[in-house]
Amino acid sequence: MSERAYFETSGLAAGYGGSPLIKDINIKLERGRILTLIGPNGAGKSTVLKTITGQLPPVSGAVYIGGRRTSEMSRKELARTIAVLLTERVKTDMMTCRDVVETGRYPYTDSLGILSDEDRAAVERTMEASGITELADRDFMTLSDGQKQRVMLARAEAQESDILVLDEPTSYLDIRYQLELLDTLRRLSEERGTTVIMSLHELFLAERISDLIICIKDQKIDNIGTPAQIFSGTYIDSLYDLAPGTYSSLRKAPGNY
Amino acid sequence: MESSAKHRKRRWTACLIILAALLAVFFAANICIGSVNISLTELRDILFEGSGDRTTRSIILELRLPRALAAFILGGALALSGYLLQTFFHNPLAGPFVLGISSGAKLTVAVSMVILMSRSLVMNSAEMIIAAFIGSLVSMFFVMLASRRIKRMSMLVICGVMIGYICNAATEFIVTFADDSDIVNLHNWSQGSFSGTTMENAAVMAAVTAAASIAAFLLSKPISAYLLGESYAESMGVNIKLFRAALVLISSLLSACVTAFAGPVSFVGIAVPQIIRFMFRTSKPLVMIPACFLGGSIFCLFCDLLARTMFAPAEMSISTVTAVFGAPIVIAVMLRRPSEK
Repeated sequence: MSERAYFETSGLAAGYGGSPLIKDINIKLERGRILTLIGPNGAGKSTVLKTITGQLPPVSGAVYIGGRRTSEMSRKELARTIAVLLTERVKTDMMTCRDVVETGRYPYTDSLGILSDEDRAAVERTMEASGITELADRDFMTLSDGQKQRVMLARAEAQESDILVLDEPTSYLDIRYQLELLDTLRRLSEERGTTVIMSLHELFLAERISDLIICIKDQKIDNIGTPAQIFSGTYIDSLYDLAPGTYSSLRKAPGNY
Repeated sequence: MESSAKHRKRRWTACLIILAALLAVFFAANICIGSVNISLTELRDILFEGSGDRTTRSIILELRLPRALAAFILGGALALSGYLLQTFFHNPLAGPFVLGISSGAKLTVAVSMVILMSRSLVMNSAEMIIAAFIGSLVSMFFVMLASRRIKRMSMLVICGVMIGYICNAATEFIVTFADDSDIVNLHNWSQGSFSGTTMENAAVMAAVTAAASIAAFLLSKPISAYLLGESYAESMGVNIKLFRAALVLISSLLSACVTAFAGPVSFVGIAVPQIIRFMFRTSKPLVMIPACFLGGSIFCLFCDLLARTMFAPAEMSISTVTAVFGAPIVIAVMLRRPSEK
């Protein structure tokens, strides 16, 4: 067997309660790459992501990071390796944006969760880089959806993990924030070598940003390839059960993406 | 940015000092004010020099001091229990009383009392707490079952209130079948009161409450992660199952301790964490846990003072007074969140 890639799943089956929903997930990804999962609603993208992050135990098979099985890592180690941005909306009560970003330091703080000077510096640095310093003392609940997502992404960044897993990070965002989010992800992958694994609904964004795309349909992996491979011909139409040529004609139509 | 962090710390320090001062004032007031008013100098002589009038001495040492200690300890325990439940359910309206946890404890204590009384046995403090703890956990179990299917926080509270009613009805039923002499005892207790506390009781409640409160404080770190929701907490390395079990056990133990000694006391658990959160403008558990405890102590000392003195020599039940001040706060919280989905 060849040497393992930085991030790899082998014979992974994802599902709930021991029954596999999606089987034979075999992914190999080098460090600093961006992988996107696309496919119709309910195909199982979130289930795959949850299994990768360890929120769901694999039904069978395993996830390897840096050659090690994630199921053998401690919770703390895993948290230092993978940070997440979930699709669920976060509701807070009396928390400032800084408070929210600070929670990202959880795997590094002492047993009472008190931040060290190093942790504080990391928080300020991350907020600076994400351009949210001016929001730091605002109550999180008073922000717009776009601003909230920036703060939640900064929270994940402050976790300083090598892998970032994002579930539908562009939902609720307008086009400006969507593009901004992708810029941030690209910056992280290029500057810090962060490996990004996410699901996206917006196909044109997936095409623009991804190094590798995995298409999930009918609870199985339908296709794996580079954006050029996936978006050529009429494959996307068949993925989403559209009439052949629908998606490519949309892309060519003036005034659209 | 640095200045805002300092500003916050200054605010927290100031608020903590205010709370500590209020606690001292109300604690002294609870000992000094009553059918016999005692001056502060007299109090000092009795407590620290062992001198003073014999009747006054026994009033202080046997009646008022243990009662004030009960209000201080159990008030803090209630508020902390409420804070932990609000955290657990992500619901600002949660509390041991509205969720029926106090009533569950009341039921099991009443059942145990009646059974033991029929054999002419009297329960000791530890047995009372164990009985109450079992009742709390049973109620908590039903509330948790309901919370799996109910996502709306107001509906969860209604479920809790219903569980409370069922437990209360069952308690009434049992009380009806108890002997006459027992009923008086049970009836007083089931209305909620800090009266009748002995120094021995105070020592037991102090030990249990201190242990549970320290345990809660040590959970500050996972609580702070849990504020963003279960999934995020898990992604940061919190062992969710263990953490949730710890929260359930600690909050149930705290409210069980209160119910065992004072009967059910309403609204402290919801109202105090709300006031404290508003005062401190934070949700950081490292600040909230001690502050909620102090707040609950002050609230109960204040309410017990009114319960005891307002219509003296008649006494009101503690829940009557706490409801008058606590219920409007709950309504205010509900009005502040009109956009609940």
